[in-house]
Formats: sequence, structure tokens, C-alpha cells
Amino acid sequence: MQQRSNIRFMSRQEVLGYIMLAVILLAIIPLSLDVFRLNLIGKYLTYAFVALGLVLCWGYGGILSLGQGVFFGLGGYCMAMFLKLEASDPESTKIQSTPGIPDFMDWNQITELPWWWEPFRELPFALSAIVLLPTLFAFIIGVAMFKRRVGGVYFAIITQAIAAIMTILIIGQQGYTGGVNGITDLRTLLGWDIRSDSAKVILYYVCSAALFICLLLSQFIRYKKLGRILVAMRDREDRVRFSGYDVANFKIFVFCLSAMFSAIGGAMFTLQVGFMSPSFVGIVPSIEMVIYCAVGGRLSLLGAVYGTLLVNWAKTIFSETFPELWLFAMGGLFIAVVMAFPNGLASLFKRYIEPKLPAWYSGRAIDSKAPILETDSSIETGQANALGSEENIGLSKSLTKPEAGITVVPRTDEKLEGGVYVD
Amino acid sequence: MSTNREDFVLAVEGLTVSFDGFKAVNDLSFYVDEGEIRVIIGPNGAGKTTVLDLICGRTQATSGSIKFRGEELTRMKEHQIVHHGVGRKFQNPSIYDDLSVFENLEISYPRGRSVFGSLMFKRDREVIEEVENIAEIIFLQNDLDKPAGLLSHGQKQWLEIGMLLIQKPDLLMLDEPVAGMSVAERRKTAELLNRITQGRSVIVIEHDMQFVEDIAHRVTVMHQGKVLSEGSMERVKNDPKVIEVYLGH
Repeated sequence: MQQRSNIRFMSRQEVLGYIMLAVILLAIIPLSLDVFRLNLIGKYLTYAFVALGLVLCWGYGGILSLGQGVFFGLGGYCMAMFLKLEASDPESTKIQSTPGIPDFMDWNQITELPWWWEPFRELPFALSAIVLLPTLFAFIIGVAMFKRRVGGVYFAIITQAIAAIMTILIIGQQGYTGGVNGITDLRTLLGWDIRSDSAKVILYYVCSAALFICLLLSQFIRYKKLGRILVAMRDREDRVRFSGYDVANFKIFVFCLSAMFSAIGGAMFTLQVGFMSPSFVGIVPSIEMVIYCAVGGRLSLLGAVYGTLLVNWAKTIFSETFPELWLFAMGGLFIAVVMAFPNGLASLFKRYIEPKLPAWYSGRAIDSKAPILETDSSIETGQANALGSEENIGLSKSLTKPEAGITVVPRTDEKLEGGVYVD
Repeated sequence: MSTNREDFVLAVEGLTVSFDGFKAVNDLSFYVDEGEIRVIIGPNGAGKTTVLDLICGRTQATSGSIKFRGEELTRMKEHQIVHHGVGRKFQNPSIYDDLSVFENLEISYPRGRSVFGSLMFKRDREVIEEVENIAEIIFLQNDLDKPAGLLSHGQKQWLEIGMLLIQKPDLLMLDEPVAGMSVAERRKTAELLNRITQGRSVIVIEHDMQFVEDIAHRVTVMHQGKVLSEGSMERVKNDPKVIEVYLGH
């Protein structure tokens, strides 16, 4: 009965999973790689924000967005605009015909900073814009689509179209956006040189920390009723609607949240890589980001991070050796994921590796305080396995896993014998 | 029929819906009393399910009115209709396979229905007790931790009924609740319905005549979007028009 009144924030496995990821990201990788490679991993991690958003939006909510690059790009551009303005002080741009404006504007015969660039001189504004602007854009798309019950494939196609439009817009408005080259030659953040080695290490840690905050926020959502409503909505949208929920609002919420995560990733990208360009906005990068999420496992928050790291690492290795083959490999990978393991690496881990791990991992053997619950948890796992579907295993484990723990609401003991656990 | 609408839980008047000129429901009127179990029967394509769709807001009416306790439902959105106390069960069991029975019922518990409400929602004693209470009514008290996808067909139907009960609706609409059930399950369901209809009105669509006889207070026979006959089961059964279009074959 305890697990009913107290579904825990994280299961034991999840706690261990987070600790593991923290050790890998914060200790193993920084200690074993040089600054160049570390910076590369930092760049990969910025995509993990997008993949994480997609787990919530696509894996849980069932809303496939093929335009997450738009939000990644918006976040990245907001950051880039601030950095570019800082780099374009009159002193360093005195050879331009109009000193004090970004170089690409000068090349495009623009003689005055556009009014909408002006507020990006202030860091607080730029930082709020990074978070709010893409979220607002997602909100507008969400209201326009979900309130009219546009969903599924149609929604995916529309988001893809938005990604294409966004790229065309950015490239077309060269004087305001830097066109196809993007916004380049970013140097300092409030006077701090972001190109130095020490800055790269620090930014790597900032990026990892931000990723962890987003992970924990996602974990929180999954643990609340909202997370279960998302799953319910994916399975039976009508039932949720006729249970008194305004389904569109939930979709808008999760879509906005995933946009916000993507935007934070985009801003971290700009900081670590030193530029932002339309090649991270369009259809191809948006779909690549879906692949990261799919490879990791679209139902697993941690899986999204590992999937992103793995695919990008493979991409780097592969394209260093056979650059022309990479896109084929990527396509093959996507087909393989869909055909062979639709719930990604996370499901392979659950099926093949988790059972081989020692008992302390699942916590069953040493948790002697709650024998009844242990029996129950094994029954449940057995049932989930009997169902044979990875999806069910993943969800019932993560969402309904019975937990022993601190009781929030005290329950009377006779209830424990109420027959609920006797199957 | 009395014209005083306040006596009725549900008053449907002149209801018409037209799909590209085809009138699935054509100038339909009927009234449901407080505490009544009304069964709608009729041949396939008579518009029975469409009537439920219209009442719960899934389909927009072309004309006519649906008044629930004096309030017009045709202009409300689905979730608002639910909030006013109308619950709807679908023809095929419509439950969340990936969630446990407990969670299925919990989601249907009428609290924290906004986005932020659901973020703040706490699984407190009240919720747990209510879920357990309902689970007992729908014979699922021993399956609360089971993923709902593992339930049998009949159990899924009961679970969906339970998900409606926990909303405490004043009007419960059930679309073929015993379809695909075994004889024993049908009997149990009839007993369940008789128990849960206390203090609320129910509209049931059903083909199983034995089941209809077991539960119905009054029967409405629909044919081609219109009411063909209405009254007690006894009366309807002996109506020559009904025999011709429905019971005869």
C-alpha cells in the first residue's frame, strides 16, 4: 500500500542511472579527453537537450516534431546576437564603413543596427529571450495546431515545413541574420574569452549542469500525474478528453517545454562552438535530432543523452574516415532502430544488461524492510515481461514500479493485508 | 411529454446532424428522467452512437438542442461537458494499456484537471480510498497494480465503467457495455449497472435483448436517425413497427 500513497521521485535504478551519468559526464570524460575532444562532447551534449525534449514530447506525449532545430536555432541565435554585439564594439570594427554594427551587416550595406537587435546588447534580455522566445513561438504553433486538433503525421509535416521556412528566412535575410554563414566570429561573454581552453572546460561543465537540471525537471514531470496523462494521451486521446481534460493544453505544454529545452541546448551550442548558422535549424538537423532520441530510446530520459553521445561520436569517427558515407550510415541506423529495437538502446539495456547486474542494482535483496512490496514488484515485473512489449516493460517499470519508502500519508496496517497483494 | 424541462436530467429536442447532406440523426427528441436507465436500441446505422457523440460533444449538432439540467450542451467543449457531469464510455474498451489499473482510475479522478493542477496533484488518502472503493465495485480490487493492458476484455470494459464512476457523473452513457462479454460477465455487468445507477441517470446502447430486459426502465428504438418507438420493454417488443425493422430479423 505504501507505494500507492508514495510513488517515489526516482526508482533505485534511476538514481543509480543518474549517478552513473554524472560520473561519466563530470569526471570520466573531462579527465580522459583533451580540450578539443571535450569541447566536441560539449557540443554533442547540446543536442542531448533536444533529444530530451523529444522524449517528453514524442516518447511520452506522442507528438512527433520534426522541427526541433527551429527552437535549437532560435536559442542559439539569441545567444549569438548578444555575443556578436559584444564582439562588434566600435573599436574592433573601425575598418567597417559603419563601425559598431556586426560585420555581416556592414557587408550587406546596412548602416544602422536594426531595432530588434538593440535589446540584445543586454545579457539579461538575451538570456530571457533564449528561454522565452522559442517557447513563445512553440506556444503559438501549439495553439494553432493542437486547438484545431491537428496531430500525428500532419503535425510532423507542418513542423518540418516550419523548419524549412525558418532556414529560408534566415538565409534570405542575410543582412539581419548573417545568411547562410550564420553569425560567426564570437569572442567574449562580458569580457570573458570563450575561445580559451579554460573557458571551454568551464562551459562544458555549465552545459552538463544545465543538462542535469533539464533531466531532473523531466524526471519530476514524469513522476507527477502530468507524466501519466501524457502517456494516457498518447494511448487514448479521446478517453483523456472525455475524462475531463483539455487535451490541447497538455500538448501545448509539453511541446513548449521541449522547445525550451532545445533552445537552452542551442544557446549552449553557440557558447561552446562559437557560432550559429542555419545548418542547425533546417530539416536535416531536426530529423537527426529525432534519430538521437530514437537510438537512445524515446521512452528513456537518460537514454536520450546516451543516444545523442553515441550517434554523434560515431558520426565524428565515421565522417573523419568516410565522409561521404555518413548520411547512408545515419539512414541505415534509423531503419535499424525502427525495425529491430523500436525503443532504442534503453530497451536493449533493460532486456540484456539489467538482468545480469548484481542484486544491489535492483535493490531487491538488500531492502529487507518491505518484504511484501518486494514480492509485489517481482510479480509485476513478471507480468510486464509476459506482455512481451518493450514499451510496456519500460513504462510499467518506470511509471508504476512499486516502491517502498517514506510514507507520505500514513496507512493503517490492516490495509496491507487487504488482499491487494495476494494475486 | 411534459414541456417543463426542469424535470428531466436530459432533454434532447429537435436534434439533427447532417454529414454532407446525410442526416445521421434527424429531428430527434427524447427525455431522460432523474435516476432512469434508458436503453437505446435499433438496427446498425440507426444513429445510436451518433446520439451519444452529440451529447458528449464529440460531434457538433447541425441544429436542435441538448439540455442537461437546463444547460445547453451543444455549445460546450468535451471537457466542459464532462465537468458538468456527463460521462461517456466508448464502444471498444478505451483504457490506458500502459498504465496500471490504479493509475487508470487515478487519472479519471476529478481533481487536478488543468496542466498545472496535474503537476500539483497529490496522491493522497482521499484519492487512494476512492480508487480502492471503485475498484471493488468493478470487481478489480485485486488487480490494482496490474498494467491495464493485461486485463481480459470484460475487465477492460469494467475498468472503463469504473473510470466513469470515479468522475461521479450525473448522467452516464454506455455504448454497448456487454459486447464481447461471456454470459457470466454479462450477468455481472447487469448487476453492476443496477448497483451504480443509484442516484444517477444512465443511457445505454445495447443489442443484447436479454441484457436490455434486465436493466432497462424505458427503451427508445431508433431507426434512420429518428425515434421509431419509445416506452417500456414490453410495449416496445410488441410494437409492430419495431418488429418489422429491428426485432423481426
